[in-house]
Amino acid sequence: MFTGHRERNILEFTLSSLLRRRGKHLALVVIYTALVFLLASVMFFAGSIREEASIVLRSSPEIILQKMIAGRQDLVPMRYAEVAEKIRGVQRVSPRLWGYYYSPATKSNYTLMVPDNFSYGDGHIVIGNGIARVMSAAKGDRISLLSPEGDPLTFIIAEVMDSRSELISSDLMLVSEGDFRELFDMPEGYVTDLALSVKNEKELSTIARKLSELLPGTRPVLRDEILRTYDAVFNWRAGLMITLLGASVFAFAIFAWDRASGLSAEERREIGILKAVGWETSDIILMKFWEGAVISLSSFLMGMVFAYLHVYFTSGALFWPVLKGWSVLYPEFRLLPHVDLYSIFTLFFLTVVPYTLITIIPSWRTATMDPDEVMRA
Amino acid sequence: MRHKKAEVFLIATAVMATLLCLCLLHGRVQENLRADELAKRSRMVEELMLTDLALFMEARYTRHLSLADRHSAFQDHPMSLEHFPAGSLAGPPPHLTGVER
Repeated sequence: MFTGHRERNILEFTLSSLLRRRGKHLALVVIYTALVFLLASVMFFAGSIREEASIVLRSSPEIILQKMIAGRQDLVPMRYAEVAEKIRGVQRVSPRLWGYYYSPATKSNYTLMVPDNFSYGDGHIVIGNGIARVMSAAKGDRISLLSPEGDPLTFIIAEVMDSRSELISSDLMLVSEGDFRELFDMPEGYVTDLALSVKNEKELSTIARKLSELLPGTRPVLRDEILRTYDAVFNWRAGLMITLLGASVFAFAIFAWDRASGLSAEERREIGILKAVGWETSDIILMKFWEGAVISLSSFLMGMVFAYLHVYFTSGALFWPVLKGWSVLYPEFRLLPHVDLYSIFTLFFLTVVPYTLITIIPSWRTATMDPDEVMRA
Repeated sequence: MRHKKAEVFLIATAVMATLLCLCLLHGRVQENLRADELAKRSRMVEELMLTDLALFMEARYTRHLSLADRHSAFQDHPMSLEHFPAGSLAGPPPHLTGVER
């Protein structure tokens, strides 16, 4: 592409021309880079979360069975587990005990859970790293939680969960069944919901239908639905994406429209002079192609590199205020890079190609006119 | 004729393209290096029977997004509409908005 002397001469001339109006073009590169940066950051961030969710949540229970009363989730009686266990294809039914605890001291919500085998026993607690950070607590410290009657229950912190698991465990508190029931005053024989293990995935929908028939008023949530949830939330059509992408695409459209709507008087005069001194229409189009390519390619490459550094080296620090919302407790996590070449090419064809073409079209129109007419206009 | 500016531009573009390739390479290396970390998180999800990521923790229906129901966003009564910022970012799960079983 650069073997021709003509191309190099035209590129050299284009760069000199761009540098003559350096203020305007520098501003253009800054805006363009910022746009690509934002679009690519969203793309990297969403892609990584989607990938993480699809891998990690593949180990979630195949079916979660909830009981609904008046549109709200209610406690599930343990006899429901016996009914579910008898359905052909159900391998195991595990009761889940979990709930939320609001801490007025830290003004944050915790998720309390009872693991299958809690080895530390009553009076002990395992906390997520996010809670340890908010409470400034460490292993061996004591913390108190209040029961609905206002009685404090004191726990010894037996373990703080690994900080690398914050994306799933930041707000988790693990306690024994006895402590959980005492803390929430939950009656024996009831659990929060049931987790069903199913041997054959193809039978999931049949089992879910049987559950709804045998236990009316219950709602089965399939693992596939759990996986689809995160795929949908971080899909480009979802709330988070559309908010960020919509603003960026709109800004890019205004920006591109401004370029496409015509050339400035100075640019028209320049084309007129070049034609008058013997430049061919194809030379002018090539020059304008280079002008668009220099700006868009540089901005694209810089925007992509900055976006990568932003998402994977600062964990998407600019998105934190948006994602945190009102929550006090927020996980500090390092996203696992997931770079999809298809998305990079899509972004390239959505930014670099249209901008370069848009730069050529008005110049082509001007370049095909008589030089005298162009300069007088 | 020397094409000084053209050469500088081409070198700068090549440097930026190399940086982008290095970023992509870094991604691939990290994916392999941190595979254990990911496996550990998957094990934790399996052992604790977890269903959601701890991403939006301000409301119960955004903390456990996949287990939310149609009414949770109404909080305490039908006119008490959803007001958490996360609610506008994380929409309802598709099994609630799409065709239900």
